Amino acid sequence: MLVALLAGLLPFVKMSLVVNGLVLASIIGLGAIGLTLIYGILNMANVAHGDYMTLGAYVALFFAGTLIPALGAEGGGIGPFTFGYPLLVAMPLSIAAVAAFAVAVDRLIYRRLRERGVNVVLVSMASLGVAIALRGLVQLIWSGDVQRLPRESREVWRLPMDVRVPPDSLFIAVVAIALVAATYLVLSRTKMGKAMRATADNPDLALVSGISTQRVIQWTWVMGAALAATAGVLLAVFQANIIPIMGWKFLIPLFAAVILGGVGSPYGALAGALIIGVTMEVSTQWINPSYKPAAAFALMLLVLLMRPRGLFGPRQ
Amino acid sequence: MDLLGIVDYLVGFAIMAGIYAVFALGLNVHWGFTGLFNIGIAGFFALGAYTAALLTTSSPDAAQFEDFAFAGNWSNLPLLDWGVDAWYVMGLAAAALCCGLVALPVGYVTLRLRDDYLAIATLGIAETVRLVFLNEKWLANGSKGLYRIPEFLGDVVSPGAYDYLYLPVVLVVLAVVFVAVQTAVRSPWGRVLRAIREDETAAAASGKDVFRFKLQAFVLGAMIMGVGGALFAHHVRFLAPITFDPLLATFVIWAMLMVGGSGNNWGAVLGAFVVWGIWSGTQFLPGPLGEPSFRLFMIGVLIVSVIVLRPGGMLGEERRTARGAPQAQAVGEG
Repeated sequence: MLVALLAGLLPFVKMSLVVNGLVLASIIGLGAIGLTLIYGILNMANVAHGDYMTLGAYVALFFAGTLIPALGAEGGGIGPFTFGYPLLVAMPLSIAAVAAFAVAVDRLIYRRLRERGVNVVLVSMASLGVAIALRGLVQLIWSGDVQRLPRESREVWRLPMDVRVPPDSLFIAVVAIALVAATYLVLSRTKMGKAMRATADNPDLALVSGISTQRVIQWTWVMGAALAATAGVLLAVFQANIIPIMGWKFLIPLFAAVILGGVGSPYGALAGALIIGVTMEVSTQWINPSYKPAAAFALMLLVLLMRPRGLFGPRQ
Repeated sequence: MDLLGIVDYLVGFAIMAGIYAVFALGLNVHWGFTGLFNIGIAGFFALGAYTAALLTTSSPDAAQFEDFAFAGNWSNLPLLDWGVDAWYVMGLAAAALCCGLVALPVGYVTLRLRDDYLAIATLGIAETVRLVFLNEKWLANGSKGLYRIPEFLGDVVSPGAYDYLYLPVVLVVLAVVFVAVQTAVRSPWGRVLRAIREDETAAAASGKDVFRFKLQAFVLGAMIMGVGGALFAHHVRFLAPITFDPLLATFVIWAMLMVGGSGNNWGAVLGAFVVWGIWSGTQFLPGPLGEPSFRLFMIGVLIVSVIVLRPGGMLGEERRTARGAPQAQAVGEG
């Protein structure tokens, strides 16, 4: 029904906003898939997820904006994109760094709490502490000022229907689609992916059938953090700036997508991200653009009112 | 700094710590007793502060570049002039009411669902409230902010001595809130809240309407936060959306409750004074240690270390058993 409603609105909507919304949705989707996996498998709302994105953006900034230029390597753009090849080098390094950080935090903090068998909300609470500390750390290292990735080009593509997109949008969409496809393959084809889905479905049953929960959890963090780091880098490219609070601000659309799609379902999160991303951008046609997060929040409340388990969650 | 300067500083410190203690008590109702995960305290903080400020400020003056249209002007209304400054108490009550009215529908939608949905909902409230006050210039002068917020009993003392008058006011309000919360959580109603926090299914199985109790606790805590916001408004007497940064309006309050001892009202108050002491004391530290970023980092580390190392905080939760009942066996958590 909701889909029909949205389709009915389509003729009245500016196409450029829809395109922008799809780009935003691919960033939300990357973050939301990781968030929902962690939610489903560890049963915790990782409030620090947005700040993992921030960390990803800053680590990439360090490599692409500081280290690689300092080594004397000339940047130079790739084709029409605003960034040069240093960003392509920086992205996997950033992914590795954030994944290592996430695994370390789990070892150091969350694992102890799990072993003590505390209430799951307390684990989410601990992730709030991690979020705060991480943001402080980022500000301490990189200062609280707005920073920018090096910019090599200012080209804009003009497409039919009055759509103007910066070439970066294509890059963001391609990277997002590639990573979503990779995630799909890992979850459906590899042994670890199947173990992860089994643990999300029924942790006790998974444990007695010989799945090592500890390893599953570790790989969940690696995947979730890798996707979050990528989302952070893409967000930095998308909004053309980096600030310490960018990830915390992004939590609302991330969780809205997860909840819309039903907690624990990666495909649901992706669908939720598409709805949230397009809604946020298209809403600016009628309301003040700075209300975008409020639009995502309102949509989430509306869906919870009608379908408490999300649009694609298990029916009951 | 001379002696008077030190006293002035301490009075200002005690006012802020007292206001934060009100918030910590509100959060204790949410998290400490009921297990409700509110990470958007800033929303109720701002809503309470703006409500009280807008109702009591005198009408805007176009000559002063003020864009907003509405001001209650309660501080000058003859209707509320009963020899005492009743407008102020009415302002506090209105702030509480307003927060309660926002908490009610959002709680209604999310509290039936998973525990942590509320966290996202409160985050959404905080961001929406901030955006409304930032963008709706007609409402509260946008980013330029509201000023000329009246002083409580301001005509009694000289402007320089206002803090000395306001400290007892804050302490009285804190005492009232404290007694109210303490009475509530020691009543059978409070016992149900703790039962829900420990084991929701068991509470439901013994016939308690879990959703109703949670909703009541959420609204009550939000109203207390509204009172805290109103107290804050008449203290700083200038409000802008940037005042309600999540760091000082949400995170530091969490640190206070966790450090003091969640589930213990004395702990909440103690935590407010201790953490605010650390927070304002460390600004005098030399070099990078006094930097806001470092202190932000330390707030996060503090919260995590309390959870991991000393979940009870400084005071820990009061253990209460009925007189004559056999001492409860230690039961494994979870």
